[in-house]
Amino acid sequence: MSATASLQRLGRLVVAVPYLWLALFFLIPFAIVLRMALSQSAMALPPYAPHFEGLAQLGEFLSQLDLENFRLLADDPLYWQSYLYSLRIAALTTLLALAIGYPLAYAMASAPARWRGILIVFVILPFWTSFLIRVYAWIGVLRPEGLLDASLAFLGITAEPLRLLNTEAAVLLGMVYSYLPFMVLPLFATLEKLDRGLLEAAADLGAAPLTAFLTVTLPLSLPGILAGSALVFIPAVGEFVIPDLLGGPDTVMIGKVLWGEFFSNRDWPLASAVAVVLLVVLVLPLVLLQRARLRREMAT
Amino acid sequence: MTRLGPGLILALVVGFAFLYLPILTLVAYSFNASRLVTVWGGFSTHWYGALLQNEPLLDAAWLSIRLGFVSATLATILGTLAALALARHGRFAGRTLFSGMVLAPLVMPEVVTGLSLLLLFVGTEVERGFWTVTIAHATFSLGFACIVVQSRLAGFDRSLEEAAQDLGATPFVTFWTVTLPLIWPAVAAAWMLAFTLSLDDLVIASFTTGPGATTLPMRLYSAVKLGVSPEINAACTIMIAAVAVVVIAASLLLKRQQATSG
Repeated sequence: MSATASLQRLGRLVVAVPYLWLALFFLIPFAIVLRMALSQSAMALPPYAPHFEGLAQLGEFLSQLDLENFRLLADDPLYWQSYLYSLRIAALTTLLALAIGYPLAYAMASAPARWRGILIVFVILPFWTSFLIRVYAWIGVLRPEGLLDASLAFLGITAEPLRLLNTEAAVLLGMVYSYLPFMVLPLFATLEKLDRGLLEAAADLGAAPLTAFLTVTLPLSLPGILAGSALVFIPAVGEFVIPDLLGGPDTVMIGKVLWGEFFSNRDWPLASAVAVVLLVVLVLPLVLLQRARLRREMAT
Repeated sequence: MTRLGPGLILALVVGFAFLYLPILTLVAYSFNASRLVTVWGGFSTHWYGALLQNEPLLDAAWLSIRLGFVSATLATILGTLAALALARHGRFAGRTLFSGMVLAPLVMPEVVTGLSLLLLFVGTEVERGFWTVTIAHATFSLGFACIVVQSRLAGFDRSLEEAAQDLGATPFVTFWTVTLPLIWPAVAAAWMLAFTLSLDDLVIASFTTGPGATTLPMRLYSAVKLGVSPEINAACTIMIAAVAVVVIAASLLLKRQQATSG
C-alpha cells in the first residue's frame, strides 16, 4: 500500500466519522420532526399516528399530507402571538445586550494588552457557570423582598416592594444577562483588531472623538455587531428556561409553548409543527450568521 | 497602547458588576444560617451538610458527572476530527453542508434539538436513559469542541507534519507524534468546554432522558420551581466553584500553549 493511498484512506475516515454522526443525530432528526409535524396526534404511546412507512407508500403519503397542525398554528392566536412575542423579546434582548456589551467590549479592547486575557476569562466565566444557576441567582435578587427590594428600601428609594419577578422586565433582564457574553466576545474580537492608527489619523484630520467613533470605529466593528446580534437573537427566540422561571403567565414565549405542547398536552405532532415554524422564522438570521462567518474565514 | 479614560473604566465596572453581583449574592446566601433568604442569620455551613444527606441530589450529580465525562470525550474526538476535516481537507463533497451541520447546533434553540433527537430515539425504539442523553450532549457540544480545536489548527506550522512524512512516518504516526502533541492544549480545553456544557444542560436532557436517568440540572430545576432555598444555593455554589476551577485551568493551559507556540 502506498503512502498516498493510506493518506487518502485516513483522510476520508477523518471526514466520514463526524459527517455520519451529524447526519444521523442532527440531519435525520430534523427530517423526523418535519414528518411528525405532518402527522395527526393520537391517544397512544408514542402519542402520534405515523403516516409514512417507507418509499412504497410515498404516493399515498403525499396524497394525505396533513397540514392540520399548521392550520391550527395559523388560526389560534395563542401560537402566532407567542411567535411575535418571542421575536419582540429576542430583538429587545439583542438591543440591550448591544447597549451594554459594546461599551464593555470597547473598554476591554482598549485595556493594556496584558489585562485583556484576564478580562476575557472574567467575561467567559459566568457563561461557563450553569445557565440554570444564573437564572436562579436572579430569582434571589428580584423576588419580593429579595436583594433588590431590600436594598432599595434600605436606601429609602422605594416604600413598598417592587413586583419585578414574573414580569416581562425580569425576563428581559435574565435574557440580557445570560446572553451578554455571546455579544461581547465577537465585538471584542473585531474591536481588538481595529487599527488604532486610523483613529489617530481621523483625529489629526480634525475629527472630534464622537465623529471619529461614528465614521471609523462603528462601521469597522459592524461584522462584530452582526455576529454578536445573531448569536444572541437566534437562541433567544427559542428560549425556554428564562421565561419559564423569571416570567409570568403573560410572558408566553414560543419555546415555552413547544415545551407545554410536548410535556403537558403530549401533542407531539403539534409540538413538531411549532418547532418547524420556529426554524423557518430563524432561517434568515441563520443565513446572515453563516455569511458573516464565511466572510471571516475568507479573510483569515 | 491607549489609556483607559474614566468612561471606559466605568463601562468595565458596570459591565462586570452586572455579570457578577447576582452570582456573588447567591454564594453569600448559601452561607446564611437562616432559612429565610432575606434575613442574614450569621455565617453557617449548615446547608452544605444538609446537601450530603440529600440522596436524590447526590445521585443526580453523580449521573451528570459520568454523563459529562463520556459525552465530552465523544464530543472531543468527533469535534477534533471535524476540525481536521475542515482545516485539512480543503474542498470535499458536501463541505458546506458539513460545516453547517457542525455549527448549527451552537445556535439551534435547545427545545428544537431536544425534540428532534427524542423523536429519533422513539422512532428507532431505543431505550431512553443514560446513553440517549450522552449521544444528544455529544452531538450539540461537538460544534463547540470543533471551533476550539480549529482555531488552534489555524495557527499551526504544517511544515512539521510534512517533515515527519518526508522522514517516512505514516499519516497516523504523524498525527499521533506531531499533530496531537502540538494541539493537545486546545483538545483539552475543548473537552472541558464540552464537559461543562453537558453538566449545564437542562432542556435537551429533559427531552432525551428516560426513567431512572435524572440529571443534576433536572433535579435543580424542579427544586427551583418550588422556590428559593439556601440548600439550592449551596448546591449552586459547589457547581460554580467546580466550573471556576476548570475554566481557570483551561485558560492557563491555553496561555501556556500560546507561550510555547510563541
